[in-house]
Amino acid sequence: MQLTAQKLDWSVHGTPLLIDINLTVEPGQTFGLVGPNGSGKTSLLRLLAGLNKPKAGQVLMGSQPLHALKQRAIAQSIALVEQQADTTDRISVRDVVALGRTPFLTALRPWSTEDDAIVVQALVDVDMVHMADRLWHTLSGGERQRVHIARALAQQPKILLLDEPTNHLDIRHQLSILELVRQLPVTVIISLHDLNHAMECDRIGVMDGGRLVDSGPPKEVLTAFRLRQTFGVYADIFADPIDGSQMMRFRNAI
Amino acid sequence: MSIALTRRSTAGFALRWLWITPLVLVAALIAGTAIGETPIPVDTILKVLANQLLGADYAVDRIDAGIIWNYRLSRAVVAACCGTSLALAGVVLQALLRNPLADPYLMGISAGASTGAVAVAVAGLGAGALSLSLGAFVGALLAFGIVVMLAHAANSGVGGGRGVQAAGAIILAGIAGSQLFNALTAFIITKSASAEQARGIMFWLMGNLSGVRWADVTLAVPAALFGVLVCLWHRRSLDAFTFGADSAASMGIAVRPVRGMLIIAMALVTAVMVSIVGAIGFVGLVIPHAMRFIVGSQHTRLVPATALAGAVFLIGSDILSRTLIPGQVLPIGVITSLIGAPAFALILVRGKRS
Repeated sequence: MQLTAQKLDWSVHGTPLLIDINLTVEPGQTFGLVGPNGSGKTSLLRLLAGLNKPKAGQVLMGSQPLHALKQRAIAQSIALVEQQADTTDRISVRDVVALGRTPFLTALRPWSTEDDAIVVQALVDVDMVHMADRLWHTLSGGERQRVHIARALAQQPKILLLDEPTNHLDIRHQLSILELVRQLPVTVIISLHDLNHAMECDRIGVMDGGRLVDSGPPKEVLTAFRLRQTFGVYADIFADPIDGSQMMRFRNAI
Repeated sequence: MSIALTRRSTAGFALRWLWITPLVLVAALIAGTAIGETPIPVDTILKVLANQLLGADYAVDRIDAGIIWNYRLSRAVVAACCGTSLALAGVVLQALLRNPLADPYLMGISAGASTGAVAVAVAGLGAGALSLSLGAFVGALLAFGIVVMLAHAANSGVGGGRGVQAAGAIILAGIAGSQLFNALTAFIITKSASAEQARGIMFWLMGNLSGVRWADVTLAVPAALFGVLVCLWHRRSLDAFTFGADSAASMGIAVRPVRGMLIIAMALVTAVMVSIVGAIGFVGLVIPHAMRFIVGSQHTRLVPATALAGAVFLIGSDILSRTLIPGQVLPIGVITSLIGAPAFALILVRGKRS
């Protein structure tokens, strides 16, 4: 499903956090969102998920504007993995993932075996099925992150939004989550800090000071100029001798 | 694969144990009616119930019949309704506000009820046309309204509307509102109450089931049932708040209307209970935590378990309050707090350890 942002503006207490964002992500694409801290990545994801209403402009899910849809209808198509979401409740991994079925259940439509199968598949996808009965507070940060992703997958979204999902993960799980996300047959928008990971996206967008300053294929966007201008680092870019893909070596901060 | 495909179905679990609920409740009600300064045998109670409800014609002592029907049974029923309502209000507020210390009185309801009751009983507001209960009810709603407006104002100042801030604003507004109304209560008592009035008011403030009659039952039962149904209907919404309001929204919950509706519903039910029996403490705080410890935090199980435990706990507390000191009735709030405070401490310690 296509996701489009048209002329989005967003501000808090008169401080503009997003300015004139225009963005189209095609169905099935993996779109990476990069930018320094405070550049507006999280704010943009919140607007795209329908958690906040833009001050101006609109978000389109397919051809429908988000503000015309009920929260429940949005959640049946869009899932969001937040950066920090924690609980003190004594809740099992399986029950957390089961929360992802919320948009499809009503007070009268009970839990079904189909829902069970979806939950188990989501746990398998993030390699957490062996921990299904563990309690949340016994998990490590990385395990919690994977459970959150499984919860989002259990929503069977057509559009998946992830806010720095690889934070806290060890390198193996970083790569496996990125691989999983890329292979999902859904539209993905993912904010990332590791620019070498961003190279694996179909397209990326660079946020800077609340503006989307550039977007396109990673090779065209992540230039030495851009790294200096937006990220404030000197970097060399060269080809991987093994597969020829583009690599960045960061030298020093400006 | 060794992982069973069936999730330990929460709905199935609830259904398997649900049939016990009415049995336990009826047993507790009979105990509440049987035990007292004059112990009454269970068969006498059943005969009186058959006479009253089924039109049977068993021969029973008229005094026993009077104690059972007019005094103890109505009292036990109201205690059950009250326990259920307060405990469920605690469940809902703790779930929505993500704060383990949230309780039904958080929103200024008990403070407002006290002020209303005192204004009627001591300051003579309404010149005898208003009952103490009605005064308490109006006071509770007034305080709740002020707290909600305060929370709303604090919230819209934030602008982001993020869940954490909203919950924080509600809690702070509740504290401010409660302090304001407690001060008003103290002011009225100091200014106009005689020593005897002050003692009576204090008794009422700690919770008092002595004046309960059947008229109160007709108010308490529908209110408690309404509370139970609202919680059961919204059990999945309550679950969705596990990771906070934003997470609930991303899973399709219309956070503002759902949270607003649930809080208002619980405030109304609590206000009804407080206006009948006064502000009984600790039920709404301890019972939900104890039940989370036993059945987990899934509301499909937690709501029925809490409703039942609240009812049984308050019937039991009422029995104790009538029998602990021969010839004297303690305010029920004294009992609930004496049991509740150590129980709460125990839950916290055990919870940390596991």
